[in-house]
Amino acid sequence: MLNNLLLLIGITLMYSTPLVFGALGGVISERSGVVNIGIEGMMTIGALAGAAVSFLTGNAWLGFFAAGAAGAAFSVLHAVAAVTFKADQNVSGIALNLLGPGIALFVARLIWNGGTQSPSIETLPKILGRGALAGTPWANLNVDVTVPIGMAAALVVWFVLYRTKWGLRVRAVGEHPAAADTLGINVSRTRFICVVLSGMFAGFGGASITLAIISQFTQTAVAGQGFIALAAVIFGKWTPHGSYGACLLFGAAQALVIILGGGVVPIPSELLACLPYLMTLVILVLFVGRSVAPAADGVPYEKGAR
Amino acid sequence: MKKTRFAKLASVGVAGVLALTLAGCGGGNAASDGSAAAGSSTAGSDYQVSMVTDMGGVNDQSFNQLAWEGLQQLQKDTGIKVGYTESKQESDYATNLDKAVDNEGDLIWGIGFAMADALQTAAKQNPDVSFAIIDNAYPEADLTDNLTGVAFRSQEPSFVVGYIAAMTSETGKVGFVGGMRSDIIDTFEYGYKAGVAYANKESGKNVEVTVQYLESFTDAAKGKAAGQKLYSDGCDVVFQAAGNAGNGVIEAAQDAGKYVIGVDKDQYSQAPDNMLSSALKKVDKAVIEISEKASKGEKIGGQNIELGMSDGAAGISEHHEHMSDEVYETAQDLVTQIKDGKITPPGSEADYDAFVASL
Repeated sequence: MLNNLLLLIGITLMYSTPLVFGALGGVISERSGVVNIGIEGMMTIGALAGAAVSFLTGNAWLGFFAAGAAGAAFSVLHAVAAVTFKADQNVSGIALNLLGPGIALFVARLIWNGGTQSPSIETLPKILGRGALAGTPWANLNVDVTVPIGMAAALVVWFVLYRTKWGLRVRAVGEHPAAADTLGINVSRTRFICVVLSGMFAGFGGASITLAIISQFTQTAVAGQGFIALAAVIFGKWTPHGSYGACLLFGAAQALVIILGGGVVPIPSELLACLPYLMTLVILVLFVGRSVAPAADGVPYEKGAR
Repeated sequence: MKKTRFAKLASVGVAGVLALTLAGCGGGNAASDGSAAAGSSTAGSDYQVSMVTDMGGVNDQSFNQLAWEGLQQLQKDTGIKVGYTESKQESDYATNLDKAVDNEGDLIWGIGFAMADALQTAAKQNPDVSFAIIDNAYPEADLTDNLTGVAFRSQEPSFVVGYIAAMTSETGKVGFVGGMRSDIIDTFEYGYKAGVAYANKESGKNVEVTVQYLESFTDAAKGKAAGQKLYSDGCDVVFQAAGNAGNGVIEAAQDAGKYVIGVDKDQYSQAPDNMLSSALKKVDKAVIEISEKASKGEKIGGQNIELGMSDGAAGISEHHEHMSDEVYETAQDLVTQIKDGKITPPGSEADYDAFVASL
C-alpha cells in the first residue's frame, strides 16, 4: 500500500514535469495575448538541444540551459510572425510545430552520424542522487531534479504575473492592449518578450524529457506533451498555479493507469487508457467550471484600430 | 484592412516556405543519387531491388538500417542493383513507392508495418512490379499476386529470453511491457511467458510474469512509469516490446539497478550494465534471402512468408555477461532445438495454453 502510494506520487511528478514547463510557457504567452500552439515544436527543439549539448559536452546542466536558449531562439520565429508582422497566430504556431521536428531530425542526423536517435547521454541528477534509497519504497520519491525546478518555475511565474509591475502590464496587454497602449505600455515589445519566454520554458520542458526521463533523444521523445500542456493551460484557466494543478492531475491520471494496470485483478488496459480523459471530463464539469481566455488572446494588436 | 490582408498573406507565405523546407529535407536522399548509381557499376544482373524506409530513415539503428545493410550485402554478393528512398512523413510513403517504381525497380521493399496500406495500394497500381513488406502479414483477401508479407516468428527469440529471464531472476518475479495488444505483440508476450513456464518446469522454480500494456509505442514517460511499477513490485527482469516507449523501461531499469531485455535490435549499447539480453529480428537476413529468391525468378508474391530462427532471421543477443554461463549455454541449446523443430514456442494465447498443458 505504502509502496503504491509513493509510486503514485513519484510517477505523477515525473510525468507532469515536462507538461508543467510547457504549460507555463503557454500561460505567459497567452496572458500577453498571443496564442501559442507551437509549444510542441518548441519542446522538440529543446529536447534536441538539451540532448545534443549534453552529448557533446558531457554536462547535462549545460544541456538544460542550452535547451532553454534554443527554445527561446526558435520562438523568435513565432514572435516575429505573430507580433511584429501581426500574422495569424494559429498559422505560425502550426508552422512551428511542423518545423520543430524537422529541424530536430536534421540536426540529430548531423550530430549522430545520420542516426535519428542519440546514444545514452549524461542526465540531470536525481534530487538525492541516482540509486539513493534503492530497494526501499521511498526510492520512488527520489525524483528528477527537474521536478523541483518545475515547481520553482511555477512559483516564479505566479509571482511575476501577479505581484510585479511588469506582470500587471503583461496581463493588461492580454486583456485590453489598446488601454495598455494609452497608458504608455509598449504592447508589441511586451508580447514579443512573453513569446520568447514561453519558448524558453517549452525548451526546458523538452529537455526535462531527454535529460531526465529517457536520457536520449529519439524522434518521438516529445509526442504530444506540448498539446497536453496547452490543454492544461485552458484547464488551469490561464493561471500558472491552475495549470500546475492541471499538469499534476494529468500526471496522476497516467500514474493511476499504470498502477491499476497489470494488477491482481486485471482491468483491460484499453479501458484504463480512457481513465485520464474521463477524469479530465468529470473534474472539468464538476470543479473547474467556466474557463475564460484573456480577452485579447489571439487578436493581433493594431495601433489605433477599434 | 489592407494591412491585415498583407499580414495573412505573409503568414501563409511563411508557413508555405517552412513546409517547402521540410519537403526539401524529405526528398533529399533519393534512391538514384549515389547508392543506386554505385550499384549500376557492378553490372552482374539486370535485377533491381530498392527499398522505401518508414519514418525512421535509413540510419535508424533498427529495421531500416538493417534492411539497407542487407541490400548492400546482396549487391556485393550477387551484383543485383540496390537503392533506397527515405520517408520523412506518412504522406511520403505513396510518393516514394511511385518513385521507386519509376526508377525501374523489379522488387520494392517497404520497411515496417506502418507502410502496409501504402504498399498494398502501390501493388494494385503496378501489377508488373513485386512488392514486399517487412514485419507485416496481410489478410488473404488483400494479397495480390505481386505482394508479399514478411513476418517474423518473434515468439522464438521471446521464448529464449523468457527462459533467460526466469533463470536469472532472484525475486521470482519477471515483467513484460507491451505497446498495444495486437497479434504481433502477442507473439512476444506469449513466447516470453512460455519461455518462463519452460524454465519453471525445467528448474522447479515458480517464477511469475506480470504483464503491463502501455497503449502507446511512443510515450517513453509512460514506459518508464510502467518500468518503475514493475521493478518496485519486485520484478528484477523486464522484457519490453513497446517501440520507443520501451526506452522508458530501459531507463527505469537503470534507475532501479535491475535487468531489462531489449527487442528487435540488440539494445545492449543503450544500457550495458542492465541489458540482460535482446530478442532479435534479423531483418537483413530476411531481405537478402527473399530478394535473392525473387531475383532467381522464384515466386514470392501472393503469400505471407514467416521467418524465424531456422531461417537465421531471428535470434538473441551475443552479450551475456549478466547471466551465468550455464544459462547462456542452455539458451543456445534452446535456439538449436527451436531451429530443429523440437520446441515450437507459442505465438498466441490459445497456443500458449496448449504449450503449458503439454509441459
